[in-house]
Amino acid sequence: MKPFAYDRATDADGAVATVTADPDAMFVAGGTNLVDHLKLGLVTPEHLVDVSRLPLDQVTEREGGGLRIGATVRNADLAAHPLVRQLYPVLSHALLAGASGQLRNVATTGGNLLQRTRCAYFQDVTAACNKRDPGSGCAALSGWTRYHAILGTSSDCLAAHPSDMAVAMVALDAEVVVLGPDGERRVALEHFHRLPGDRPDLETVLEHGELITAVEIPPLAMARRSAYRKVRDRASYAFALVSVAAALDVQDGVVRDVRLALGGVGTRPWRARVAEEALVGGPATEAAFAEAARAELAAASPTDDNAFKIPMTRSTVVAVLSGLAGEETR
Amino acid sequence: MANTPISVTVDQVTYEDDVEPRTLLVQYLREQLGKTGTLIGCDTTNCGACTVHLDGQSVKSCTMFAVQADGHDVTTIEGLAQDGDLHPMQQAFHEKHALQCGFCTPGMIMQSIALLQENPNPTEQEVREGLEGNLCRCTGYQNIVAAVQAAAGAGSAAGTQSEEGAA
Ligand SMILES: Cc1cc2nc3c(=O)[nH]c(=O)nc-3n(C[C@H](O)[C@H](O)[C@H](O)COP(=O)(O)OP(=O)(O)OC[C@H]3O[C@@H](n4cnc5c(N)ncnc54)[C@H](O)[C@@H]3O)c2cc1C
Ligand code: FES
Ligand code: FES
Repeated sequence: MKPFAYDRATDADGAVATVTADPDAMFVAGGTNLVDHLKLGLVTPEHLVDVSRLPLDQVTEREGGGLRIGATVRNADLAAHPLVRQLYPVLSHALLAGASGQLRNVATTGGNLLQRTRCAYFQDVTAACNKRDPGSGCAALSGWTRYHAILGTSSDCLAAHPSDMAVAMVALDAEVVVLGPDGERRVALEHFHRLPGDRPDLETVLEHGELITAVEIPPLAMARRSAYRKVRDRASYAFALVSVAAALDVQDGVVRDVRLALGGVGTRPWRARVAEEALVGGPATEAAFAEAARAELAAASPTDDNAFKIPMTRSTVVAVLSGLAGEETR
Repeated sequence: MANTPISVTVDQVTYEDDVEPRTLLVQYLREQLGKTGTLIGCDTTNCGACTVHLDGQSVKSCTMFAVQADGHDVTTIEGLAQDGDLHPMQQAFHEKHALQCGFCTPGMIMQSIALLQENPNPTEQEVREGLEGNLCRCTGYQNIVAAVQAAAGAGSAAGTQSEEGAA
């Protein structure tokens, strides 16, 4: 690993100022993603600013409802938090479906959102990758793409976004609170990650030196009954082939409101707006759920290796929504 | 680059050291403190062989820098036995033959203790889930699960600093 200088930040403004002033500086939080990338030589910062001990480790109720989750709240603590379990079970389930106990004990909310793709070609410095090395090409286009995205891809990048937590959060209309040299701004999580287009190296709307300080989730009554289901190649400790986060409000057999997001299939945490629109006001039946999934997936561009994700996504959406609809009528 | 001073307690002894920032916690434990009981299986945060406890919580020591452990309390597999008596979890692994080559064992034991601290009476399924971040290429896990359940039955949920005798 290349040597680097290390500083432990004691306040958020100072951390932002240090990284903003130094193009070769990076933040590190839990390190569960970045440390591997340093070992693999994917990134070579000269200076690491450790934000893991900033006083951003609280989950608090917002005035008027909803939660504010500090950027350094550990994934394990967030999953176990009584308010999260009560108000947004989908978030707790998504967190527990990710990584392992040891990793969740140190992984942070901010780091989880910014974890990078598990595309094998991205992680291999000898392979062509437009994300890691802009303009070098994309080895996945002619490679093995079982784990790659089918939604939001471009002719320059097929890499899937790996986070489970972010899929639940994007379903819940989360906002990312960002601190920069000129103060604070908020970005809807849905627009926080960029589609790859012809610049797969630009992964989010963050500027160099901007720090995530919190994620806020607005109140959503129906999220008390929400669910996350993750389909993978083995029963635990694997990234999603397909995952579905959903909350559903059904009355008299009619869908009054719904939140739906997909993981494992998108180049970013995928809010399924097309499916949501198709569902609202319609019958809460398996046929309608399947039809809505079909509408969302009409834009998919799969490869031979991952075309199975289309029927798999459809069945998972149907299973999750049917489960929630069944609970409603019980 | 400049070394960074750290103060870290490992297996109940406090060390003041200067480390290069890129030194992984596991390298510090093995190479600087000579605590080679903690193993490196993959070096890429996958296998769990390097699991230690940081302030009582399990972490992978190959994915954390020694400077990040500054001011914290680390327990390794070498800190479990008390006065020559194996920790009940070590004893259970021994009695249930929960190892073959033994490479995964230090990490398995550290994670198993953390698991019982959170859930003193896990079902078989809960043991398997709790050990999801620890890979074993030899045993097929059967006897590892049996050992954890035996240790749970013997009441070893007590902390890593447990003074209890063998199960
Ligand atoms: C074996 C393994 C299995 C895994 N399985 C899963 C899984 O199934 N599902 C899943 O979702 N995840 C999984 N993960 C990924 C894991 O969730 C992430 O590594 C973790 O969430 C990253 O958080 P961190 O705090 O450790 O980030 P770090 O590694 O510290 O940082 C990640 C990135 O975020 C930046 N950063 C960190 N905090 C901030 C901030 N506050 N503001 C701005 N930038 C910041 C860093 O500069 C870095 O670029 C797995 C990881 C491993 C190693
Ligand atoms: S050596 Fe740390 S997880 Fe394998
Ligand atoms: S006993 Fe050999 S790896 Fe587990």
